[in-house]
Amino acid sequence: MERSMVQSTTTADVKNWITICPLDAIAPNTGVNALVGTQQVAIFRIGATDEVYATGNFDPFSKAFVMSRGILGDRQGILKVASPIYKQNFNLKTGACLDDATVTIPVYPARVVDGQVQVGTSCQVKQ
Amino acid sequence: MPSSKQTLIVVGNGMVGHRLLELMVAKGALEHWNLITFCEEPRVAYDRVHLSEYFVDKTAADLTLVTPGFYQDNGIRIYVGDRIVEIDRGQQRVKSANGVEIAYDRLVLATGSYPFVPPIKGNDATGTFVYRTIEDLDAIKAYAAQSQVGVVVGGGLLGLECANALKSLGLETHVVEFAPRLMPVQLDEAAGEVLKEKIEALEVQVHTSKATTDIVSDGGRLVSMQFADETSLQTDMIVFSAGIRPRDELARDCGLQLGDRGGIVIDDACQTSDPNIYAIGECALYQGRIFGLVAPGYHMAEVASDQLLEVAAAQQFVGADMSTKLKLLGVDVASFGDNFAKTTGAKELTVADTVAGTYKKLVVNADGDRLLGGILVGDAEAYGTLLQLMQNQIALPDNPLGLLLPAGDGAAALTMDNLPDTAQVCSCNNVTKGQLCEAIQADGITDLPTLKKCTTAGTGCGGCVPLVKDILKTELKKAGIEVKNHICEHFPYSRQELYHLLRVGEIRSFDALLAQYGSGYGCEVCKPTVASMLASSWNDYVLNTPHVGLQDTNDSFLANIQKDGTYSVIPRIPGGEITPERLIVLGQIAQEFDLYTKITGGQRVVLFGARVDQLPIIWQKLVAHGFESGHAYGKALRTVKSCVGSTWCRFGVQDSTSLAIEVELRYRGLRSPHKLKSAVSGCTRECAEAQGKDFGIIATENGWNLYVCGNGGMKPQHALLLATDLDKETLIKYLDRFLVFYIRTADKLERTSTWFNKLEGGLDYLKQVIIEDSLGIAHELEAQMQHHVDTYQCEWKTTIETPEKVQRFNHFVNTDAADPSLAYVQERGQKRPATEAERVVLNQSHDAMITPAQ
Ligand SMILES: Cc1cc2nc3c(=O)[nH]c(=O)nc-3n(C[C@H](O)[C@H](O)[C@H](O)COP(=O)(O)OP(=O)(O)OC[C@H]3O[C@@H](n4cnc5c(N)ncnc54)[C@H](O)[C@@H]3O)c2cc1C
Ligand code: SF4
Ligand code: FES
Repeated sequence: MERSMVQSTTTADVKNWITICPLDAIAPNTGVNALVGTQQVAIFRIGATDEVYATGNFDPFSKAFVMSRGILGDRQGILKVASPIYKQNFNLKTGACLDDATVTIPVYPARVVDGQVQVGTSCQVKQ
Repeated sequence: MPSSKQTLIVVGNGMVGHRLLELMVAKGALEHWNLITFCEEPRVAYDRVHLSEYFVDKTAADLTLVTPGFYQDNGIRIYVGDRIVEIDRGQQRVKSANGVEIAYDRLVLATGSYPFVPPIKGNDATGTFVYRTIEDLDAIKAYAAQSQVGVVVGGGLLGLECANALKSLGLETHVVEFAPRLMPVQLDEAAGEVLKEKIEALEVQVHTSKATTDIVSDGGRLVSMQFADETSLQTDMIVFSAGIRPRDELARDCGLQLGDRGGIVIDDACQTSDPNIYAIGECALYQGRIFGLVAPGYHMAEVASDQLLEVAAAQQFVGADMSTKLKLLGVDVASFGDNFAKTTGAKELTVADTVAGTYKKLVVNADGDRLLGGILVGDAEAYGTLLQLMQNQIALPDNPLGLLLPAGDGAAALTMDNLPDTAQVCSCNNVTKGQLCEAIQADGITDLPTLKKCTTAGTGCGGCVPLVKDILKTELKKAGIEVKNHICEHFPYSRQELYHLLRVGEIRSFDALLAQYGSGYGCEVCKPTVASMLASSWNDYVLNTPHVGLQDTNDSFLANIQKDGTYSVIPRIPGGEITPERLIVLGQIAQEFDLYTKITGGQRVVLFGARVDQLPIIWQKLVAHGFESGHAYGKALRTVKSCVGSTWCRFGVQDSTSLAIEVELRYRGLRSPHKLKSAVSGCTRECAEAQGKDFGIIATENGWNLYVCGNGGMKPQHALLLATDLDKETLIKYLDRFLVFYIRTADKLERTSTWFNKLEGGLDYLKQVIIEDSLGIAHELEAQMQHHVDTYQCEWKTTIETPEKVQRFNHFVNTDAADPSLAYVQERGQKRPATEAERVVLNQSHDAMITPAQ
């Protein structure tokens, strides 16, 4: 079972916005992990704003589900999260690993509507 | 023992004999050779080059050249205190003074030399000495204690070193030299004169052109010496240092070829006239020369080991450069190459400064564009550069004298780039420029101490250190490593600078610091660094909203993350002391949550495999039983190990356990640039291993000795003695100051040992700051620590008492489910994470379970 093969979803693919949690449940500049269908999805909040990003929670380097516990930041202006285990960095918007061009993690559309964080999926998921 | 191995016997365990054995082992000889050595002296090889330091601050143990266990671990038989007295070349056997007889396949003579004592009447009187071994020095020291005046016979290199030693023993010191000048082998007349003046200014009387005819004793004690010119000198003791003679008596007795004036003749392969016998070091004579320095001896050991092991492209001995640079009685002296301009057409250029007391001479070829040799007295800074210009035949600038002027263009003539890779930079340890560059590039070395340690360059006489430093600088620059220490792209400051800004500006959050002094969003480097600075300065709860996103996952979940994303739990067990009741509680919790259990190196219990959602539940139970956070997850104080000390141990002189507990409780939770470890031992037997810690305490009869900046781990380093026989209050005071000083000034992720290695001024400086308060900040440092102590809180207690904080520990924000991906197998009665292969098998059933309906 190769979880890192999971495909990213683009906004165009979104069939369904799934409400995850209130924005307040994510402390500024941290991440949380959500179960979306069968996938573990990491959702990050930039500062105390409603700017949120979602990526897979699986860290392809350590093979553990931990990305939501990484530290947020930027490299040369690119928003990124650092894996908490071996510290590789991933672009929050594209999922590209900034330290190894051959590795990418999936990313998903995320937004805040009426104070609720939502993640978009391409499949019809029962909540 | 398979008898197919050949036997090599090394006669003499001095500097060179020992080096040969090290090389043999390093080159893999143990597979085919039995190695045996005879060591006449009562101790294994030691550093004779630094022998004089035995009078200053070194013990015999400090001077040893033998890594502990070298002989035992490698199965090398060594006969200490036994001397070979006979070689039977026909039978290939040797016999020792203690009656040991062994057959050899190959024999190496590394017997060194002995000090020459001129044939003067009375030269064996009580009060006469030589200067070669530790025993010689012990004898000199003992006799000096009852003497006022001491004379050294011989004004050469060793004689002057010896004079320095006599002076340091408090004697009125004289040097008597037969030749018309000091150091006649190395210096010309003018240079000798400058040196003499300098040395006399240091109150050592120099008497040149003196032939001693008689040594006069009275009542069994030496009283004076008579000279051929009918003058005399009163003295209580005499040390002969009139040159060395090779120890070739064994070779002579068994008929090996010797030189006319002694010395065992060797060829390019270091073989003697008997192909089964080699000779290396000061006993060997190569092309009519004895080499009285250690570097050529080491080179012979290289050659001999290559030859013995028949390696392809074995090195050959081709003679050696006898260039020397020394500090004699604090005066720099260097002599190199053709110092007396004996080459045809050679020209001399000299600069003498009679005011400053310096003399410098260059010998150049007829065309004046290549350096052949030179002499420097009083200021030998240019030595390293000049030696390289000479050895590598680099073209000289138009006016070579410029090389001798301070800050002259010597550096311009010798840039590190026009120095070939093959250039030998360190002659003591035969390290080339190429080897240095490779170490810098391949191992990513960026500082001098590490480079010295890894390559051994600069660890002998130290003469090459400036050159090594230049090479390091040049290489780093080439690699584009600017040696700036900004913590990351978001802050153009070093950790130390930021710390200062943060404290002075009373900045209490990362965002405020970033807004004022940084740019961007921050990253995984600066955020935890700043979080640590905030914690050690203001000691706010680390999971408060503005701080929580800054922490490494370990800090933000107050536990150590493991490879599968679960955490370990380590409650504090101060001083390693625990009641049976509490131990049982730990066992019960481990059982209840199925946690893998282990004892740590820091005398605590660690429970592995706790899921993030289990952490608050586990800690609720721990806190209820009176446990508190062990901060094993933080860059913070870890443990203060202890032995049982005087309470139980029959050797203990103080109660080490109580002190360890007190110290651990005082500094618990202290955030620092890196983790801090400590230990307290109840006596000098040091069972708690305090000297391998960031700060270690060892009990003495009168109190406590404080050691700092030690380290185990990747680069072990012995801690240094900061202060002795302290009472507890003073000890705590010094510790407060030391710890806060380190926290304020260290770089990010810098352990105390690395911090210390970079600290300019070293131990003396540290003592001044901590003990003498030379910076006038002691009070401030203590106050900062007191604030920490007063505001300490157990982070776990605070966390479990705050429901919204506990919320964060759910694996999912939108369901209470646990991480479904974890998989374990059993090993030795406990669980461990499944390997990838094991997971594949486990997951076939597992997957079905975690996949909800689509
Ligand atoms: C005070 C002092 C300062 C010095 N300073 C410098 C310096 O600054 N730079 C430098 O390059 N050199 C210096 N030297 C010289 C340097 O120490 C020697 O070149 C070096 O020690 C030579 O090594 P070796 O192994 O040949 O001889 P040694 O180190 O003398 O070792 C020979 C050993 O063989 C033992 N031995 C002899 N015969 C027998 C036997 N039959 N059986 C068993 N064992 C035997 C001897 O007891 C001795 O222990 C200094 C020497 C002295 C004394
Ligand atoms: S260090 Fe001393 S007091 Fe402590 S256990 Fe060892 S021998 Fe005993
Ligand atoms: S030349 Fe002596 S230490 Fe390098």
